[in-house]
Amino acid sequence: MHNRLLLRGSQIGLLAVLLLIWHGLTASEILPPFFFGRPLEVGARIVDWFVSGTIYPHLGVTLLETLLAFVIGTLLGLGIGLWLALNPFASALCDPYIKAVNAMPRVILAPIFAVWFGLGIWSKVLLGVTIVFFIVFFSVYNGVRDVNPVVVANARMLGASKRQLLRHVYLPSATAWVFSSLHASVGMAFVGAVVGEYLGSARGIGYLIMQAEGVFDINTVLAGVLVLTLCALVLDKLVSMAEVRLLKWRPGAVGAET
Amino acid sequence: MVTALALERVTCTFPPRGNALPYTAVAGATLAIQPGEFVCCGKSTLLNVAAGLTTAKEGQVSVFGQPLRGLNTEAGYMFQSDALFAWRTAFDNVAVGLEFRGVTPDEVQQRAGEWLRRVGLGGHIHKYPHELSGGMRKRVALAQMLIRDPKILLMDEPFSALDVQTRALMENELLNLWTQDRKSVLFVTHDLEEAIALADRVVVLSAGPAAGFVGEFKVELARPRDVAEIRLDPEFIRIYGEIWGCLREQVAKAYQQQLGA
Repeated sequence: MHNRLLLRGSQIGLLAVLLLIWHGLTASEILPPFFFGRPLEVGARIVDWFVSGTIYPHLGVTLLETLLAFVIGTLLGLGIGLWLALNPFASALCDPYIKAVNAMPRVILAPIFAVWFGLGIWSKVLLGVTIVFFIVFFSVYNGVRDVNPVVVANARMLGASKRQLLRHVYLPSATAWVFSSLHASVGMAFVGAVVGEYLGSARGIGYLIMQAEGVFDINTVLAGVLVLTLCALVLDKLVSMAEVRLLKWRPGAVGAET
Repeated sequence: MVTALALERVTCTFPPRGNALPYTAVAGATLAIQPGEFVCCGKSTLLNVAAGLTTAKEGQVSVFGQPLRGLNTEAGYMFQSDALFAWRTAFDNVAVGLEFRGVTPDEVQQRAGEWLRRVGLGGHIHKYPHELSGGMRKRVALAQMLIRDPKILLMDEPFSALDVQTRALMENELLNLWTQDRKSVLFVTHDLEEAIALADRVVVLSAGPAAGFVGEFKVELARPRDVAEIRLDPEFIRIYGEIWGCLREQVAKAYQQQLGA
């Protein structure tokens, strides 16, 4: 308990030291503030956003896109991952295509999605989905192959039908693998939303960043990045909390959150 | 009386792995278990064939006179390694067999609670498997199998991972439960003392590959038995000597093969 407090204190201390160095370097103009921004002005910008409320419509859109991408990508990854893992033929058939699509730098699809789905939220959601989907898909797909065959045999001997086997053996096992990949995909869902906004939109944090960049307002750019980072951290915390609740059966799961 | 479980000239071959040759685990094994009989043998492959988890290449399996197709629905199976559902509590693990069958929730609650008490787990029903000791996990597995009331019990070295004391406890527990309704049991073990202490009949198979029937021995020790004490019974020692005489040759053969491999 004591150690934990000390650790938290040191972590905050480290942040303060880094901010101070940043402040010192830019205030003394060793680093040109025009390119590197000023921490105080970045902070003032964030406070101003939230006090005046101008950030909320933008933040709302970005969070909506991110959450949609996150949820749709996860469900698709889980469903298709389970389906392909349990169908050797379908899996062998799709294998080269899945590898190809996964190897493709998918951020480059953003302009195509913008053409297909317009400049609204769906082109951004789709970009996020293509990124999140593969992270979850591969962890479920590989996970199903690791399901203990003895447990499967036991379920069958206890009278499980194919459906019950999926519902009571494969799905609970898959939840564990989904969560291990969710932490990785939280940040990636934001990438999809923000890159999409950056390339063409009329609202969102990515749009704010692009606007500010156009007038060389580096403080606003950094403020946007910080707000996004904080949102990603909050979302990651929520995933951790859900994980502790849903995976309480796992050895060491309780108290595993940090 | 119809034979509960009959294996006739069963041959079981596993497909080659890598550049190894196909492996014939069992060749022409015949075994019949009567209703209420407790039989011990030393070959897990036979158990899997009897359960329908492995298909025999040749020969026939029949269950109460009917040829076996697919899984053996009359049988309960207890595995050597941990086969509990890690994401279910002890209670839900025991209940699962009834849930699969579509029994009403009220009845599931009542019967699972009853079985947990019967195997002596009344106080730990809401713990997850990783929170239970090895012996307690075996008790859950036992109740999980028995709650469906199978007519045949197939047990694959179920207690081999336990320490000696817990093992004797579990063996007595099993005999105690078995005496109440005398199901047919096929129990695989490589421990001769365990086999004699539990069984009505011990079947000795030759060392693999192509294991076949070598001999069988009736164990006519009085029941109820206490597995820890019965080992001192002169009759136990006599039977042990008799079976060991037959087994020694096979053990030596298996050892030679291991050295050669």
